[in-house]
Amino acid sequence: MNTQATQSLDARGLNCPLPILRTKKALTAMGSGETLAILSTDPGSVKDMQAFCKQTGHELIATNSNQGEFEFFIRKS
Amino acid sequence: MGAADKIMTQGLDQTQFDQWFDQRFETRMAQREEAHVPSLSIIATKGTMDWAYPPFILASTAGALGWEVSVFFTFYGLELLKKDLHLEISPLGNPSMPMKMPFGPQWLKDINWKVPNVVMAGVPGFEKVATGLMQQTVKSKGVASIAELRSACLEADAKLYACQMTVDLFGYSQDEFIPEIAGWIGAASFLPQAQMSDVCLFI
Repeated sequence: MNTQATQSLDARGLNCPLPILRTKKALTAMGSGETLAILSTDPGSVKDMQAFCKQTGHELIATNSNQGEFEFFIRKS
Repeated sequence: MGAADKIMTQGLDQTQFDQWFDQRFETRMAQREEAHVPSLSIIATKGTMDWAYPPFILASTAGALGWEVSVFFTFYGLELLKKDLHLEISPLGNPSMPMKMPFGPQWLKDINWKVPNVVMAGVPGFEKVATGLMQQTVKSKGVASIAELRSACLEADAKLYACQMTVDLFGYSQDEFIPEIAGWIGAASFLPQAQMSDVCLFI
């Protein structure tokens, strides 16, 4: 999937709920329609990012998983 | 009922009217639901490091989801609002708490040190050691500190209330606590808030 991120967030090594809190903080500083790329190692963040986006209305464009690392692309609503 | 509704409902028989009403009702309810901001109320009553996590994790996460959050700190929970957090854990009388070394080779980390209560109770400074080990574990597992989660709550505009009665009971003074406290209140002030919230938890 062709995904170009406006900003990126490294949440590797962080545990619940920090990846979500950092994501929310990063998105707040961004403009509508911009895309945030997040790297995480917390397996719980896969479900959490889905729930976060569903609740807040941001769009989860893609989720990639690679050897214990997860990559999310979120487009700000 | 607007003018358009008046025209629409004129000349409808009972069944048609019921159909019209049900449809209209459903639309209105869906609109209402969409505009609704969920809210969370927590009563935090525990003042140890381990029990500080559930209220602050839930409150900060709810804040990140855009919910309205209020937490009422009472009794030992007030400890979580102190300017200087000196939270400790006590493994005494808690057989579920794993006692593991946060450092050293993996085989050492894997050992669960079952220390009998009578030893824990008798060794001076046992809680200080256990607290130190827990802090080390929290850090190495990438779990947030309590201070960090509390800041996240405040950033998300969560309302943190302190129980005035507890302040009087334990002889605290208000300047021992963080200045961001939303109010020094009692049960009569908190309950009406809790009544209006979607999720209410006692921790």
